[in-house]
Amino acid sequence: MLRYVIKRIFYMIPTLFGLSLIAFMIIQLPPGDYVTSMIASMQDSGANVDPRQIERLREIYGFNDPIWVQYLKWIGGILFRGDFGYSFEWNRPVADLIWERMGSTLAISVASLLFVWAVALPIGIYSAVRRHSVGDYVFTFIGFIGLAVPNFILALTLMYLSYRYFGQSVGGLFSPEYVEAPWSWGKFVDLLNHLWIPIIVIGTSGTAALIRVLRANLTDELHKPYVITAKAKGLPEHRVVLKYPVRIALNPFVSAIGWVLPELVSGVTITAIVLNLPTAGPLLLRALISQDMYLAGSFILLMGVLTLIGMLVSDLLLALLDPRIRFT
Amino acid sequence: MTAHTFIDGAPETGPATTPLKPGTGPGDTAAAGQWRLIWYKFSRNRLALVSGWVILFFCFVGLFAEFLAPSVPDASRPQFTNAPPQQLGLFVTGPDGSSRFQLHVTGYAMQVDPASLRRTYVADPDQVVPVGLFVPGAPYRMWGLFDTNIHLLGPLSPGDTMYLLGTDRLGRDLLTRLVYGTRISMSIGLVGVCISLLLGVVLGAVSGFYGGVVDTVIQRIIEVISSMPTIPLWLGLAAAIPLSWSPLTVYFVITLIVSLFGWTGLAREVRGRFFALRGEDFVTAAKLDGSSERRVIFRHILPSLTSHILAVVTLALPTMIVAETALSFLGIGLKAPIVSWGVLLQEAQNVRTIANAPWQLVWPAGAVVLTVLAYNFLGDGLRDAADPYES
Repeated sequence: MLRYVIKRIFYMIPTLFGLSLIAFMIIQLPPGDYVTSMIASMQDSGANVDPRQIERLREIYGFNDPIWVQYLKWIGGILFRGDFGYSFEWNRPVADLIWERMGSTLAISVASLLFVWAVALPIGIYSAVRRHSVGDYVFTFIGFIGLAVPNFILALTLMYLSYRYFGQSVGGLFSPEYVEAPWSWGKFVDLLNHLWIPIIVIGTSGTAALIRVLRANLTDELHKPYVITAKAKGLPEHRVVLKYPVRIALNPFVSAIGWVLPELVSGVTITAIVLNLPTAGPLLLRALISQDMYLAGSFILLMGVLTLIGMLVSDLLLALLDPRIRFT
Repeated sequence: MTAHTFIDGAPETGPATTPLKPGTGPGDTAAAGQWRLIWYKFSRNRLALVSGWVILFFCFVGLFAEFLAPSVPDASRPQFTNAPPQQLGLFVTGPDGSSRFQLHVTGYAMQVDPASLRRTYVADPDQVVPVGLFVPGAPYRMWGLFDTNIHLLGPLSPGDTMYLLGTDRLGRDLLTRLVYGTRISMSIGLVGVCISLLLGVVLGAVSGFYGGVVDTVIQRIIEVISSMPTIPLWLGLAAAIPLSWSPLTVYFVITLIVSLFGWTGLAREVRGRFFALRGEDFVTAAKLDGSSERRVIFRHILPSLTSHILAVVTLALPTMIVAETALSFLGIGLKAPIVSWGVLLQEAQNVRTIANAPWQLVWPAGAVVLTVLAYNFLGDGLRDAADPYES
């Protein structure tokens, strides 16, 4: 097992490297650099810009170095000093801005994952055991809708419906009176009241996908001879189903973290922009529009790292559950 | 000449195939070719068939957008902002109570909100605006080839209004914009999928055919790309497009961005099939006959997976359409004057707009959802039919 863990972590390194290259590329993509835009805004406000001063600024920020030196400086700063660069829009180090936002992104992603599991498991089992029943068709239909409706459209629709029929606006994570308040039971309840819409919005497509996977796997399993034997011996149906086939069909649930998590993080980004949640999404969009590239790049890097860690966890859990995996 | 007598025996009967269930397809399934068998199997899936027609319909709408739309997308009437949809009717009742056939839409009555003094329009069933087929309206240039002003449906007198789906905040006809948006949104998916197809097939084929180090490297790249949350990446790349670029350039760059992450699934599928096929007898035979590697890949192996590729491509299309819609919706994808479904949805970004004019959300969102559903059902049907020899 330890060998597997080490091997798996070792495998992550090239992926992380690729990820950091992509994030760095995005930082470098927009034409010009921060100094260019600073000069432009200084000239707009009528200030005289001394060419020597410009040169000095470029020197300080390292914009004159070759590109790979810039990359090494950037990634070195992150790895060794936790320094993600400087947000020129906020005039603060990026590291000050991202952690809180990444925390809420992680929290909502995990909450959505739990929602996906909690909903997909019973429905998937039901659909597999009662194949071609009315309930199965209803869930299949809902599942298809869930797969087909993009997150942000679902968010807009729910926003409209709750505004129309409950007269409440659903943006944000807290009601105005709780935003600055210290944590209390009331604030927690208020959070739950706001949290269900984003969680449903973000989790629906993942739930639909997982139901399909579970239904297919469990159906295969239910036709195996050992299940027939168990039934022939007179075990009650719920024991026959839950004792073995479900446990085997659960593997995709764990490995689902690997492919559902990128989707969830992606979904949190756009849903948060629509619903105005204090996660990384709205800040990322704003940073990109104002070309505050270190902030944007750090978010993209960290979101990637988040999904990679999720995949690692899912692989390790899978290896714990299923001994066949760790010996191959 | 006895050497040729064996040909004169029984007529040749195609490759040995496992026949479909008796009575499932018309004609002689035992002698039918692969594509015919695929078609038999596919056409038994009603949902996929209907979805295929829906897709064709949208393509048709996109192709003839100028003619089908009642107006041109930028024609605005500031006095009719956020006007509700006008109902289309077939018969009008005359003053004497008799009813006669006349295509028409209901007119508007203006109301002034006493508190805010804002003008709003409500549908007034008593007013009748006669409309007709093939009527002259706003001039346009069909496919950039010839000038005309004939529209499929429009008000008979040019001063009248016909907003079947309502208008937006600048008083532009939503139906017209939706029809023009269909062209952009559908074509972005198709163009994007062509790029993905090229990348996916070439990389997947190379990866599966050669194996070894090449395979490992390509698989690593695929792993990196598919482990990234896509929306932040799309955002990052799309935001780098300079504002000064022309709409057409932006269109192609967005297509490129969307397709850059869509090819991985296809590459995996192609690779898996290549692994399975490269040990087959016909591949060995082709190699022994001295075919070059390129010929073996493109003439012998690839054609036998065309149907699978088609299915995967169909399932990849909706992702591209949603990607473009999401980017445009957030304001960093396509921008005016280009009209796409995402650009239309951008207008419906806040609750107030949606509450005042729900049609601005309902129709574009409905178009997106319907297209995505149809592509998914069609793709599922194609995937099931892709291997007709399977039971």
